[in-house]
Formats: sequence, structure tokens, C-alpha cells
Amino acid sequence: MKALTLPLMAGLIAAGMTPALAQDLSIGLKSEATSMDPQFHQLSTNIQVAKNIFEALTTQDAVQKVTPGLAESWEAVDDTTWRFKLRQGVKFHDGSDFTARDVIYSFCRVPLVENSPSAFTIFTGGIADMQAEDDHTLIIKTKATNPLLPTDLWSLAVLSANALGAEDTVTFGTDGTCEGMGDVPQSHAFNSPDVAVGTGPYKLESYTRGSEMTVTRFDDYWGGKPDWERVVMRPITSDGPRVAALLAGDVDMIESPPIQDIKRIEGEGFHIVDALSNRIIYLHMQQVEDAPGIEGTDGKNPLLDPRVREAISISINREAIAERIMGGYAQPAGELLPPPMFGTSGRAVDTYDVDRAKELLAEAGYPDGFTITLGTPNDRYINDEQVAQAVAQMMARIGINTNVDASTASQFFSRRNALEFPIYMAGWGASSGDMSSPLKSLVATYNADTGMGPTNAGRYSNPDMDKVLIEAMATIDDSKRDEMLQQAETMVLDDFGIIPLHYEQTVWAMKPTLSYEPRVDQYTMATEVKPVAAE
Amino acid sequence: MTEITTNAPARIDSPSKRIFKEFIEDRIAVVGLLLFVIVALIAIAAPWIAPQNPYDLAQLDIMDGALPPGEVSFATGQTYWLGTDQQGRDMVSAIMYGLRISLLVATVSLGLAITIGTIIGVVAAYFGGKLDSFIMRIVDLQLSFPAILIALILLALLGRGVDKVILALVIVQWAYYARTVRSSAIVERRKDYIDAARCLALSNRRIMFRHLLPNCVPPLIVVATVQIAQAIALEATLSFLGVGVPITEPSLGLLIANGYDYLLSGSYWISIFPGLALVVTIVAINLVGDRLRDVLNPRLQK
Amino acid sequence: MIVYLVRRLGQSMLAIMAMAVLVFAGVYFIGNPVDVLINPEATQADIIATTQRLGLDKPLYQQFGIFIWNALHGDLGTSFVYGRPALDIIMERLPATMELAVVALFLSVGIGIPLGVWAGLRPKSIAGRTIMGGSILGFSLPNFWQGMLLILVFAVILGWMPAGGRGETTEFLGMQVSFLTWDGLSHLILPAINLALFKMSLIIRLARANTREVCMQDYVKFARAKGLSSRRVVLVHVLKNIMIPIVTIIGLELGSMVAFAIVTETVFAWPGMGKLLIDSINLLDRPVIVAYLMLTVLIIVAINLLVDVIYSLLDPRIRLSEMKG
Repeated sequence: MKALTLPLMAGLIAAGMTPALAQDLSIGLKSEATSMDPQFHQLSTNIQVAKNIFEALTTQDAVQKVTPGLAESWEAVDDTTWRFKLRQGVKFHDGSDFTARDVIYSFCRVPLVENSPSAFTIFTGGIADMQAEDDHTLIIKTKATNPLLPTDLWSLAVLSANALGAEDTVTFGTDGTCEGMGDVPQSHAFNSPDVAVGTGPYKLESYTRGSEMTVTRFDDYWGGKPDWERVVMRPITSDGPRVAALLAGDVDMIESPPIQDIKRIEGEGFHIVDALSNRIIYLHMQQVEDAPGIEGTDGKNPLLDPRVREAISISINREAIAERIMGGYAQPAGELLPPPMFGTSGRAVDTYDVDRAKELLAEAGYPDGFTITLGTPNDRYINDEQVAQAVAQMMARIGINTNVDASTASQFFSRRNALEFPIYMAGWGASSGDMSSPLKSLVATYNADTGMGPTNAGRYSNPDMDKVLIEAMATIDDSKRDEMLQQAETMVLDDFGIIPLHYEQTVWAMKPTLSYEPRVDQYTMATEVKPVAAE
Repeated sequence: MTEITTNAPARIDSPSKRIFKEFIEDRIAVVGLLLFVIVALIAIAAPWIAPQNPYDLAQLDIMDGALPPGEVSFATGQTYWLGTDQQGRDMVSAIMYGLRISLLVATVSLGLAITIGTIIGVVAAYFGGKLDSFIMRIVDLQLSFPAILIALILLALLGRGVDKVILALVIVQWAYYARTVRSSAIVERRKDYIDAARCLALSNRRIMFRHLLPNCVPPLIVVATVQIAQAIALEATLSFLGVGVPITEPSLGLLIANGYDYLLSGSYWISIFPGLALVVTIVAINLVGDRLRDVLNPRLQK
Repeated sequence: MIVYLVRRLGQSMLAIMAMAVLVFAGVYFIGNPVDVLINPEATQADIIATTQRLGLDKPLYQQFGIFIWNALHGDLGTSFVYGRPALDIIMERLPATMELAVVALFLSVGIGIPLGVWAGLRPKSIAGRTIMGGSILGFSLPNFWQGMLLILVFAVILGWMPAGGRGETTEFLGMQVSFLTWDGLSHLILPAINLALFKMSLIIRLARANTREVCMQDYVKFARAKGLSSRRVVLVHVLKNIMIPIVTIIGLELGSMVAFAIVTETVFAWPGMGKLLIDSINLLDRPVIVAYLMLTVLIIVAINLLVDVIYSLLDPRIRLSEMKG
């Protein structure tokens, strides 16, 4: 039966391999951007599409190292003041010049975007002031010390003040009180190439919701001539049809082919590229007195005992999950970010040891185990529901009878945030590529006033770690910060406050005539797709 | 489907005997009935005859995941005749338990819906007037919306769960029975014996349920056989769409859905075998239902 | 007749309102859309700000009041996900669903009626039995499973058809349609068959049963006795008389096709409004869910009404005022 699929594919490929216009590229994406406005929705799909058209002051390379973008260089003048030297001779798609005014205008527009489901204000909210020393020198003052400012700036697209109707001088004011903004166009206006004007390598040509988005080469791009004349991006949200589109030659490249299909795609002569992502899949345990969903413990919460948490960690055969459930496209994790990213220590993966796990449970006073509910989303991470079932299977082996409660991401996140799960599986992608991101969100003590631990639905709390982390987050010196972050992470993991499972691997499949440098942030960027010289 | 509706013997036989006799004249329907009995027995006996308890996670081993039919387990040495799913769940056992869930959901919801629908239908027919037209208006209104839409929205709101699926199925089904019962009860109500019963001052309840109701049974049976097949299919569809039963208690529909991702990549057994079990079940019920309709419908008897 | 129509419309409005309340409240309770939509790195303060921006911080009755007020002005709310009017987003998807439903309807009627009449005229012939057997199968196979088998056989094994998606579309009468290009048509065939099969079986059974009953009527027997050609008997007498119930069913089924398209669209990744509904349920995009429902209910109600009117035209014995709502 396996061989069945072959004759068909052979036929399809014959059709697909006819040399297309070498200058054109079409990509099948797994989700659709919700808007062409790069400041509307902070969602990876939107960002990766917008990055073709719009640029930011900084960029992140394939391993999320911050490199110069529209800013040539920058320096921290003091703890809260930064000076950015902007690149000269950069043109917008409409031919106008790029200056500091455009940057100020763009940052000012962020709080003025209406109906944003996830606003970019989380990056602009910390900015106290912006001043243009001259057309190509920009001073940014932050409210508090923020060593990650250059990283954050990557997320803020620079729009054309002229194309959007700004006045000649734009003056910065916090929280939407800027002056000289003119009549600010709302997100839907960006469907038009006249408004969606950036400095990026490609210009918007057309955008048809639900079907495709086309961009064309911007000949005056400052960074050299882009590789493709036209790039078509088509959202094909179902896995099967996306693979079929690649095999049939409808598209040249797809993102995230389903793991179980990779062998087949490779067998058809396509090129597979994969890389470790910054996404960690983890288990979080509720560490408060009366956690729900636990039975057989006389009302006590066994998860408060670090020995129980350790037992859970070492009961899990991460190799087996990576091999069997993830088809080899995952890597067992010992940390919250894959080394060698910023702040990682190279800590080893917890060793799988069922006997030791049983001993630990017995020592902690639960020789017969207990019953617990494991929450998981079923449409969010790669094979999430299957991974959770496998974890439940392994926990059952040491006597922890585990019920899997799977729901769609929408319900899962609401229920998780309402602390309905004693233990849950979720994922975390550190968009900053920095250890402070998972530490601050997942394990720092929950505090709504300071914004610490917003996703810490296990309510793990370690005041010593908090202290180190907060200090690290206010340290501008990179090597010192690295050291402190490593220290904070080690404190959490020694305590088994959170259990890392695996790092997802992101996969792309493309025609053999293409190459792509895989990115840790899982983005599919048309600019990074290169033609391979025919052999 | 055969037309051999005989002329004579009905005189001596009781109605149920006549129905039985006529029923078995159609061999295909008999095959359907047999198949259904087998399926039902498997579902009932699943915990005792299945090689594995697919719900007990400790019995599963992911090292046995996605084995094709006929492979032998790495861990226990048992043979997986229909292969395993990605969790290492024996498909034979999974199908047996899946049948159990599917049939359980269908029959429980059928029972509840018949009870509720019948009571409402008889009451509407017996009392007539405003009450009747009010009830029937609701029934018509509900029946004008596709069941799948109502059930889908309900479950999207309620969340997954066997009990919730049953509730949704009852809500979308009761109206069929209410309408069926009402229309035959209204015919009966006009007959003399009901008037006679009224003259004897029998209680309303007694007249409704001892006298009216029994005469509504034949059409009810026909509707019920059609509906139970529909209920099974609907439950499977809902589970397939991800709003039905929970993954820890997979019905046939959910097993099919789980295997769907693997269908295109060649692991056909995870999806195809549960699908076949589902189809056999529904076809068997429909064959029986078809024949019953012919037998119980006096208009087609010459 | 006008009284009847008005009453009928009134009831339908009530049904729509009831549906809106139910769904509105239901979606409110199942989860908070902000939890899904917002970037996970957002702080608690950002979450509160977003909740306010989407108007989700107000009490439920107030949100509902605003919704109803806007709905009365033709505004069914702004999608949380797209930040645009929910109705616009659905309208963009409507042509795809309608195209699928209409093509499927034509298939089921065009194939279903001839087969059903044939089986009704010759119930004991092999062809008649085969047709009925086939219809039981078509009736029994759950829609989604049929779809999967179609994909497996025609897309994966034989490779004749694409496995999903909509393919190329062209402008036709102001709508984007796919049946005018080969690429579009090849994407349309499998989903249309999938959606049609169930209805086709239904129509076959109905046509057969009605044909059988009509054939037993005296006037048909009489026509036959008069020596009219059987072709004429079938075309004039039988077909005319089975049309009434079949028109009813077709009308009612068009509505349910729009609903069943949810399943077909999911299986074939057809970018219609059914798929939009499933996506919106997953993202808790309440305005889109509610708008979808109200629109679908409206379509179904309109079709039902239309069927009643046609019904009365086809059969003068029925007067609308006598029909139950």
C-alpha cells in the first residue's frame, strides 16, 4: 500500500518540473496573514509576510542574532538613552527618501491602530521619547533600562510617513499623543500598494484574501538586487493539500510539511531543509496548595514536592517521543532555549530512568502514585495531542495515572490561564532569541503589576531566581547578562520548576533548484530563498 | 425491496408474527440484521474480547506506534492484526471500543429523544388547539435547520465529552419523534374507541399512554431505525470535526479523524478500518430500516 | 397568503434572535479570544488593554445590547482576528460555498431523478436493485468518510484530481468562480461529488417511492390501458406528479447543503464559509461565528419560504394560508 502513492507523484512531478520562469517564486504558507498592515497583529504569519515589504531599524539573522537593518549602527549613551545612526540613501517604494521622521511616524502610529488583536504597543510602550538629531540620527529614550531595545526594534516595521499622509514634522509623544500625524490610515488601507509602502526588497503588487499575495522586485533596494522578479505567497492551511500543491508543482516551496509526509516528499526528489527552532515544548505543573484535577493524595498537592516533579521529568523518554511521535524532527530538551542561544548553559537532558522515578515517588510519600489530568492543546504545536498522550503513557508507567484533556488552542489557553490544569503541556517560542523571554514569562513569580510571569500558569515561584532575573534584565553588558541568565535558568531547572520536553524542528520542503537557510524563529522569508545553480 | 407481499396468511398470525415473516422474506435485510447483531455483540463484549484495553495508557507503548497490519509488538510479542495507531494502540481493540462508544452514544440519545419526543407528540395530539400548534411550530422551526449545524454549534459551545454529544444529539432528534407520534396519534384520536375511553372517564394520562401511544409505535420504529443510523453518522462527523467525544475515549469517528493525517502518507490502516466498521454498522441498520418501512407501511401492500 | 408570509417571517426573526442570543452567550462563556489572539509575550497590562480595545471588558448584557443595536443598523460586528466587518469577511467566502452547493445540487438532481424514476418503474430489475443498493450505500457512508475515500482514490492513488483547495478562479457575473477554467473545475469536481452523494441517494429514494405510488394510481393505469407509449406516460404523468415532493426536498436540501458544506470544505480545504466557521470557532472570533449563523439561518429561511411559494404554484389544491408554519 505504501508504494501506491508513487505512480501518481511521479506523474505530478513530471508536470511540476518543467522549468518555470526562473525569476518567479511561489510559496505555500500554512496560515494566512490577517492583514497587510505590519502594525496590526503581532502574529508570526503577518510578520514573515510583512518582512518582504517593510524593514525595521535592526534585523535578526537566521539564528536570531541582531544585525544592522535600517540603522547602520547604534550605541547606548546611558542606561536609558540610545543613539541610532540611520542608513543613508535608502529609498521607499514610492521613490521618497528614508529619514528619521519616518521612524518617529511609524512608532507613533502603533498605539493608533484600531481593533488590533495583539498590538505592537508591547514594544513601543517602553519608549519615553524620540528625537531626530538630524535626518539620519535618532535618539531613543526608554522609561526603564532595556538592554533588549535593539532586539525589540526588529518587530517594529518602518512605514513611509509621506505615503500615509503625515505632516512635515512629526513630534513624538507617549501613548498616541504624537503631533503632526495627519489622518492616520487604518489597517484595511494597506491592501493597496499605494499605502503599503516600505523600504524592503519587494513591493506589494496585489493581495487577495484567502487566495494569494503577490510582491514584485524593488529595483532600487539598498541591499542589492533581490533574487526574484515576482514572489507569490499562497496560504494553504490544510497539510495534505499543501503537500499536494508542492508535489504537483503549483508552488515551489512550502513551510511545515506534516512530519509523516517528509519521507515521501524527499523520496520524490524534493529538497528538505530543517533546523532547530526557538520553540520549546514544556510541561508546567501547578505549584500552589489546592491544585484542581489531582486525586488519590488526600487533598495534598504532590507537585509541591520537587522529588515528584523530578520523578515526572525522568519518567519521560524524550528520545522515544522525538523519534516515534515527531519522526525525528524534534530534539530532546534540557533547557528552555536550544543552546547556543543567548543565556543557555548547555545543561544535559534529564536522564530517562523509570526505576529511579518510582523510588523518588515512594520517597515523597506516593508509592502507589496518584491520578492527575494533563491539559494540552490539540491544534497548536506539531503533533501536540500525540505528544501529550505519549507523556501520559510514560507517567502511567511510574504509577501516575494520567488523563489527557485535549482541547482546541482557543479553549486550552483560556482554561490554562484560569488555572484549570494541574499539569499542562504548552510551547514557547522566544521571539527575542534570549533566555530572559522564557524565564520572565513562564517561571518568574506571577505579578500583574510588574508584568512578570504572565504565562506562569503553574504559579511557580522562586524569589531568589526572580532577583537574579530582574537584575539581568536591567544589565546592558552582554557577557554579564548572559552569565546571570544562565544562573537563573539553572536555579529553576535544578528545582524542576518546569520540565522541558523537546525543541521543535521547523521543516521546509522545496524544489531541488532552491535553497533556504533555515531560521530558528520559524519564519519563512522569501528574501532568504536562493536559487541553486543547475549542476 | 421484494414485492412478494402475500395475500392470505395474515389472518391467523398476530401482527408481530406477520411483520417478522414478511421481514425475513428479504434476504438482504436479514443479512443486515445479522450484521447488526454481530456488531452490537462485539460492542457489548468489547472489554472481554478485545486483546488490549486501548484506554489504559499503561498498556500502550509508543515504540509500537503506527505498525502496519500483521506486525508483532516489540514489547509484548502480540500480533496486531489490523496494525496500530501512532500511540501504539491495537486497532482491533480500538475499533471494538470505538464501536462501543459510537453505539452507546447513539442508543442512549435515541432512547432519550424518543421518550421526550413521544411524550410531547402525544400531548400535542391529545390536547390539540393552541398547545398543539405552539409545539408543532417549534418542531417545524427546528426541523427546518440542518441537524449538523445545530449540533456543531452546541458542541462548539459545550466542549467535548460523551455526555455533551448525547445531549446535542437528543436536542437535534427529539423533534422527529414528536412530529411522527403526533401525526399518527391525531388520526387515532378521532377514532371511536378514544371517545369511548373518554366516556368511561379514564384519566387523560391513561388514555394518552395506554390507548393512543401503542398505535403510534409502527411509524415510530421506522423513524427510529433511520434516526439511529443518522445519529451514529452525526456523532462520527462531529468527532471528525473535533467537537465530539474526547480523545481518551475515541469513537469510530475520532479514530478515523486521527488516522486522516496519516492517510495520505500511506498509513492507511489507522483510518480505513474504523471507517469500514462504521460503514458496515450504518449500512446494516439502514438495510433493516428499509425493509421495516416496506413491511410496516400499509400503503405499499396491495 | 400575505398574512401567512408575514407570520412566517416573524417566526423566522424570532428564531434568528434566539440563535443569536444562544451563540452570543455561549461563545462568551467558552473562552476569552484575547488568550488566543495576543502574543504570548504580552504582559498582563497588555492583555487588559487588548480586552478593552475589543470591547470584551463590558458585561455580557451590555456587549449584547451593543451587538443588537449595531445589527439593526446592518453591522454584525468587527472580526477580532481581521479587524474588519464580519459580514464582509463572510461575503468574501460566500461565492465559494454557493458555487459548491449549487453544482452539487445540480449533480444530485440531474443524476438522482432519472435513476430514481428508473428504479421506481422497474423495482425488480437488476438495474433497479443496483440503484437502490447504491443509494443505501450513499445514504450510509458518512459524508466525511466519502470525501476521504474520494481523495484517497482519485487524488492519491490515481492522481487524476487535486486533493484539495480551490484552484484558479475567474470573474463571472461579478463573482469569483472556478468552473470556467480546467484548473478550477478539477478542484471543484471531487468536493461537489462529495457534497452531492448524500442528497443524490435521498432523491433517488424519494423519486423511486413516488414513482411507485404514482404508477399505482388509476389515471396512470388508465393512460397505459389507453395505449399511450410508456415514454409518454413516464414523462407526462409520472414526472409531473413526483415533482411536487421533489421540489420541496430540493429546496430544503439546498439549505442543508450550505450546512453540510462545513464538512466537505473541511475535508477538501475548500475556502468557503463553512471552513471559515470552523476556523472562527477555533479562534473564538465571535462576531464572525454569530454573523455566519445569522446569515445561514436567513438563507435557510428564505429558501423555505420560496419552496412554499413554488409548492403552492405547482399544486393549486394547496393554499398557503392552510399550511402550518
